[in-house]
Amino acid sequence: MAADTELTPTKYIDHHLTHMTIQVKEGAFWTLHIDTLVTSILLGILGLGCVWLVVRKATPGVPSKRQAFVELMIEFIDNEVKNTFHGNRHVFVAPTALTIFIWVLLMNTMDIMPIDITAWIIENVFGLHYWKIVPTTDVNTTFALALSIWFLMIFFSVKVKGLGGWMHELFCTPFGKNPLLWILNLLFNFIEYVSKPLSHSLRLFGNIYAGEIIFLLIGMWAATGVAGAFFGAILGAGWAIFHILIVTLQAFIFMMLAVVYISMAHESH
Amino acid sequence: MNINFTLISQALAFSTFIWFTVKFVWPPLLRAIEERQKTIADGLAAGERGRHDLELASQRSSEILKEAKQQASEIILQAEKRASEIVEEAKNSAKVEGDRIISGAKAEIDHEVFSAKEALRQHAANLAIAGAAKILRKEVDAKAHAELLESIEEDLK
Repeated sequence: MAADTELTPTKYIDHHLTHMTIQVKEGAFWTLHIDTLVTSILLGILGLGCVWLVVRKATPGVPSKRQAFVELMIEFIDNEVKNTFHGNRHVFVAPTALTIFIWVLLMNTMDIMPIDITAWIIENVFGLHYWKIVPTTDVNTTFALALSIWFLMIFFSVKVKGLGGWMHELFCTPFGKNPLLWILNLLFNFIEYVSKPLSHSLRLFGNIYAGEIIFLLIGMWAATGVAGAFFGAILGAGWAIFHILIVTLQAFIFMMLAVVYISMAHESH
Repeated sequence: MNINFTLISQALAFSTFIWFTVKFVWPPLLRAIEERQKTIADGLAAGERGRHDLELASQRSSEILKEAKQQASEIILQAEKRASEIVEEAKNSAKVEGDRIISGAKAEIDHEVFSAKEALRQHAANLAIAGAAKILRKEVDAKAHAELLESIEEDLK
């Protein structure tokens, strides 16, 4: 909690939801959420680095417990990908799914961190006033991921079917080849291509953001007195436990959708 | 929530992480897993093969045992047969030998009887001839009756 003497609920929530920013250039677009970027990169390095450290010494013999855990995770993801994607998944799709899962899971998990304690540490240890620790509550992160997947989708569509094949698909599906239907088909595909990254990114963002807001509300209640602190603690614990599920589920859903979208790009209608 | 440069930087971070996973994380573990899968599959196949071999061996051993038992019983049967044959043969040869001995003895007895008879007859003939000669010497010319005596002697033999 900030060392503000006149702390109102609005200020409290505002404080927790404000990014630390850096202005790269002039203009609103050139603002950089340094907190989102640094936290997410650190988490990515942490997650993938740990996996890499284990995998580097992977043995085909009896695996260590750490290796067994990593294998369990990777085989789980590999199985999911295998059921959806019918190509050589080991070249790109499965590792990408693993990256998404580990990274998004870790970024989501930051949501479970006790908000005010981390805020205090950031304020007093690192001397930073604003620092949002959950990168997936930043719509830029989720859009960055979803749009990357979107571009990959278009890239693989063109790569697998050729530019002509992709155009054919845009104009001739889902309703048929009749020239009268071309506009309708294109419109339909346009909506699909717009809605995919939107739903993909906003689902993750919305879930995690809402979770964060609820943590903030519980935190606010905890500030009202002894009873509030007591029930706030219980509720906070409950919501955090429930959030373990949401965090994992959302990471999994995000990964699965990415795999499904890329797989759909590989298949011709 | 406003879209800004963070999006691009996050996308760059994302692509870097994907590159890292594709390049360094996925392949070694996949290799290890695939190698282990192969080892396990080989082990299972070897186990299956061993089981099959054992089954075949036990089948063969029971077959051999059965055959051996059959052979043994055949051998015993043959031996019994042979033994009874030998006994029978021995009986037969003993009987033949006995018969031979008996018949030899009989023949000897016959021969003895015959030669005794012969000697007796010779003796009797000699006695008769001597007696007759004694009688005839007084009244008959020996020369005239010599032929007659000889013929009698011939008859008596």
